[in-house]
Amino acid sequence: MKTLLTALPLLATLGLPMAALAETDPADWDAVTSAAKGQTVYWYAWGGSTATNDFIAWVGDRVSEDYGVTLEHVKLTDTADAVTRVLTEKQAGQDDDSAVDMIWINGANFASMKEADLLFGPFAEDLPNWQYVDVDGKTVQTDFTVPVEGYESPWAMAQVVFMYDTADMDATLPTAEAMLEWAQANPGRFTYPQPPDFLGATFLKQVLIELTDDNDVLAKPVDEANFAAVTAPLWDYLDALTPVLWRQGQAYPATGPAQLQLMADNEIDLAISFSPGEASTAIANNQLPDTVRTFVLEAGTLGNASFVAVPYNSGSKEGAMVVANFLMSPEAQLRAQDPSILGYGTVLDMSKLSEDERTAFANLDLGIATLSPAELGTVQPEPHGSWMTRITQEWTERYGAGQ
Amino acid sequence: MDNGLHLKAVEICRGGQPLLQIDAQVAPGEILTVMGPSGSGKSTLLSFLTGHLAPAFAATGQVVLDGSDVTAQPPEHRKIGILFQDDLLFPHLSVGANLAFGLRGGTKSERQKTIETALSDVGLKGFETRDPATLSGGQKARVALMRVLLSDPKALLLDEAFSGLDTDRRAQIRDLTFDHARKKNLPVVMVTHDIDDAKAAGGRVIQLGP
Amino acid sequence: MTDRAVRRPASAARSFWGALPLLTLIIMIGPVLAGLLGTVLPAFGYLPAAGLGAFSITPFTDLFAWNGIWAATRLSVITGFAATFLSLAIVTLLMAGWSGTRAFRWLETLLSPLLSVPHAATAFGIAFLIAPSGWIARMISPWLTGWERPPDVLITQDPLGIALTLGLVTKEVPFLLLMALAAKGQSASTQRMRVAQSLGYGRVSGWLKSVFPVIYAQIRLPVLVVLAYSMSVVDVAMILGPTTPPPLSVQVVKWMSDPDLSKRLIASAAALWQLALVIAALGVWWIGERITARLGLAWVERGTRNLHLDKTTRPLGIILGTLSALSVLLGLLCLGVWSVAGFWGYPDALPQSLTPKNWARHWPDISDSLITTLLIAALSVAVAVTLVIACLEAEHRTGRSLSQKALWLIYAPLLIPQIAFLPGVQTGLLMTGATSGLWPVTLMHVVFVLPYVFLSLTDPWRNWDPRIDTIARSLGTSPTRVLFTLRLPMLLRPILTAAAVGFAVSVGQYLPTLLAGGGRVATLTTEAVALSSGGDRRAIGAFGVMQTLAVIAPFAIATLLPYWMWRNRKGLHG
Repeated sequence: MKTLLTALPLLATLGLPMAALAETDPADWDAVTSAAKGQTVYWYAWGGSTATNDFIAWVGDRVSEDYGVTLEHVKLTDTADAVTRVLTEKQAGQDDDSAVDMIWINGANFASMKEADLLFGPFAEDLPNWQYVDVDGKTVQTDFTVPVEGYESPWAMAQVVFMYDTADMDATLPTAEAMLEWAQANPGRFTYPQPPDFLGATFLKQVLIELTDDNDVLAKPVDEANFAAVTAPLWDYLDALTPVLWRQGQAYPATGPAQLQLMADNEIDLAISFSPGEASTAIANNQLPDTVRTFVLEAGTLGNASFVAVPYNSGSKEGAMVVANFLMSPEAQLRAQDPSILGYGTVLDMSKLSEDERTAFANLDLGIATLSPAELGTVQPEPHGSWMTRITQEWTERYGAGQ
Repeated sequence: MDNGLHLKAVEICRGGQPLLQIDAQVAPGEILTVMGPSGSGKSTLLSFLTGHLAPAFAATGQVVLDGSDVTAQPPEHRKIGILFQDDLLFPHLSVGANLAFGLRGGTKSERQKTIETALSDVGLKGFETRDPATLSGGQKARVALMRVLLSDPKALLLDEAFSGLDTDRRAQIRDLTFDHARKKNLPVVMVTHDIDDAKAAGGRVIQLGP
Repeated sequence: MTDRAVRRPASAARSFWGALPLLTLIIMIGPVLAGLLGTVLPAFGYLPAAGLGAFSITPFTDLFAWNGIWAATRLSVITGFAATFLSLAIVTLLMAGWSGTRAFRWLETLLSPLLSVPHAATAFGIAFLIAPSGWIARMISPWLTGWERPPDVLITQDPLGIALTLGLVTKEVPFLLLMALAAKGQSASTQRMRVAQSLGYGRVSGWLKSVFPVIYAQIRLPVLVVLAYSMSVVDVAMILGPTTPPPLSVQVVKWMSDPDLSKRLIASAAALWQLALVIAALGVWWIGERITARLGLAWVERGTRNLHLDKTTRPLGIILGTLSALSVLLGLLCLGVWSVAGFWGYPDALPQSLTPKNWARHWPDISDSLITTLLIAALSVAVAVTLVIACLEAEHRTGRSLSQKALWLIYAPLLIPQIAFLPGVQTGLLMTGATSGLWPVTLMHVVFVLPYVFLSLTDPWRNWDPRIDTIARSLGTSPTRVLFTLRLPMLLRPILTAAAVGFAVSVGQYLPTLLAGGGRVATLTTEAVALSSGGDRRAIGAFGVMQTLAVIAPFAIATLLPYWMWRNRKGLHG
């Protein structure tokens, strides 16, 4: 008895890290679900949109019912906070029980986490619901040109649309140049979220793609040698646009929803959105007047996928995989696409679904302000992630630190 | 047996400067009056006797009560009761609870009985549940007196105890206090600036200070 | 024999009580010092965990190469001085011109509850009120202004930080006013004023010359706290401050949360720069005090009666004071209206419809964060109140009162900008394995709650009549029984008030909760500030209302509970 007691602390020190290191193989789904049961998953996701928050709460209810996984939404103002958190933990040697179990992520944040070996995986393509994902038609295997390789799992498609208030604007605008002309004719009625906000940075990229002649250079990492030349049209454009922006460009809305509020207050007439269904959802939630409609540019608009990733040091990886898998389920995807709920594009391939599921998707009322898939037109691919970082940095120096 | 309160060669200094010196024996039932202008250290002397001397002061000498040296005892072990100019009844307790606060020992019913008797002794029969704030000045003073007596002290100190009362009540309360103290055979040290108090006490008078 | 037996435990007890203030100081100063160290090292390039181990001054050269540095610095300095000076001026004018009048009492009643409202809620309310599409514009448009659409004018988030300054002023006026009122009690101001007025001085000049110096000496530390706070505030600046560039403190938070680790170095350098600015500002303020004192003395010695001052400054004081109170109250009301608003377009003065939908929708979040908020507040207040009472009791038992220097130490967490040491605390917590969660957050809250509890409880505690103790002890009562059966019950009201103040401080904490909680601890305040970036006024409104209720309720309890408990004890309703 006595020997056993003295041996216990030793066993504990040996046993604990080993237990934490032993990971369930993502391919063994039964093992994953049984390990997931009772786990709590802290999902670090941007919390600025109440529609998204409600959707995540619903996901939490569902995975708790079906798998006994508790989902806690940690609301971020900036996804980078979660990345920082994991980085800090790694520095501090916190390798087995991160505060973060899952992150809503894409683009530069994904690239930097993947590069720094901060992600668990590959797991995404082993999840049961991966079979329904539209691998060929949607950009779910690269993220801002970075190969995903199963280190994050897709759950929503996004495409740039512009929202405009038909009470104040007669016609849609076909090009970036047309937007500038309209803004000059209607000073103070357009703005975009302040970069490095994701949506604001997206606006910069959208304009850059519109203005540049050579889209191939954008698919490669930024080359400082030609950065100035490639981006010169963008800065010329912004130099002309900024004085006629809302508040003469001295202040910007912090985020997309803040911009939405400006539209509801009739401060602005035109705004960018990264979700074709957002306007309809906002109208349903009293957050926009019902005169708002959306349009896309003639040459097409940027599109990308939203993913979830799991940090290497999460203590609830199985639970996180269960949530990631549920997000790709037809049930969750149908709900996400419903504009009265969230209005996010699905990542699924309709032809891979059952008849009933297809009908359910087809019967969705996309809402008065949502364009049909045909009207949404061409989806332009995201530039390499380094462009977003570099353009944002340049923007901050030019417009974000006082003129 | 060395009964009564004995102040043996008591000397109190403030910041190294001697403030007062006193050497006195107060027999049971005797009232020693200490007089002097303000600043002469009258109240400081009483603080020393109760064991509350502020750190700014230093004292030598001994306080011997009924033969035992209490100088190093904490205040609650000295059995030296004190009455101030204000009644200082505990405002959150009823009259009865104020009396019970000082009362030592006894069963619940015995304690109740003692309090009842004490109150009727001073003409406050049936006042147990009253809020002290609703009592007149004279009534409060009587409750305060009973409170200290019920704690069964071996000596009583009076710190300007009657100065707060108007002239009519003053003599009445003073006589009541002296009567009770004598009945209980308590040595009493009274600090006052009022010569009437000293006369009424009829004992020795010590003058302090310049 | 008995002599010794008694003496020994007494001295052991004395050293226990003597050690208590020291323990309290360690609990308070420890995290601050550790945090500062965690900031200083990376500021000089040392962040071994990130593979950066070489000391250098590159972080500082990077910082000063950032083209927003001077704008951000200017914002911090100007906002700090302007907010402090204006708040102090309004309080002074109010006290000088109106103290003792009915209007003053009315304003005091109006302002007191505002002291407790979290800064974030106040800032939201003001933003909702004064924005070009805000409530004021809606109420007077278009019939008065002709604004069919909100005017394109930069009111909130202006580059000069005017909205930020005003937002701070409305919150600091109640704070300084209550501090000044507490000081007034000990300044014999009524008698001084009677003397001054009988010598032919006007109300304002008499007050400034005879009462102000005494009161200022007592509220000096709170004034300095306001200065340090206004220079480095994060949450209010995120709501009302400019963004191109933001004030320095907000920029530090941004750098701190950048995925690029090397940004932590520049963030730490900026945090130290912020600290240096605050120290310099405190120094400048100190010089200003000297100059004002000298000029003031000369003014007093000239003996001018300055009766004309009354005519101009009295109306000014009451107008500014009322405006300050009204803007907060209307702002809070506006939060309430938004929380139940259906569609509410510009320029409608009121929403088209009212709906409980917003509350129903946000209730799960609100109730979760409310529970966390209350739990942290209750724990940290319990710890803080216990420590403060223990310190004050120690002071009573050992007879040694806290020195002026120790007082400065207690204020240190309020004078050192949070942004200068909290990031270091975060790294430190991680390294000791206490990753995140309720306990580190509660401990950090104690650091900020304790000074306010101390501030609020000290005077009532010291003013307790020591003769009660003498009497009780002479009746044979032990010091511990005196504490529990007499002093604590008699001081129930001030203790509950101090607890309510502490509660309000805890509820309002943003940065400590965010950083020590690792984002996992969601309180009403962190949720509300997170929502601010989304601009959903209905959600912000609901959270703001809840924040306000969460601090008003303890004050109501602190007022009503003693009233009810001592309903039959008139002596306790002085």
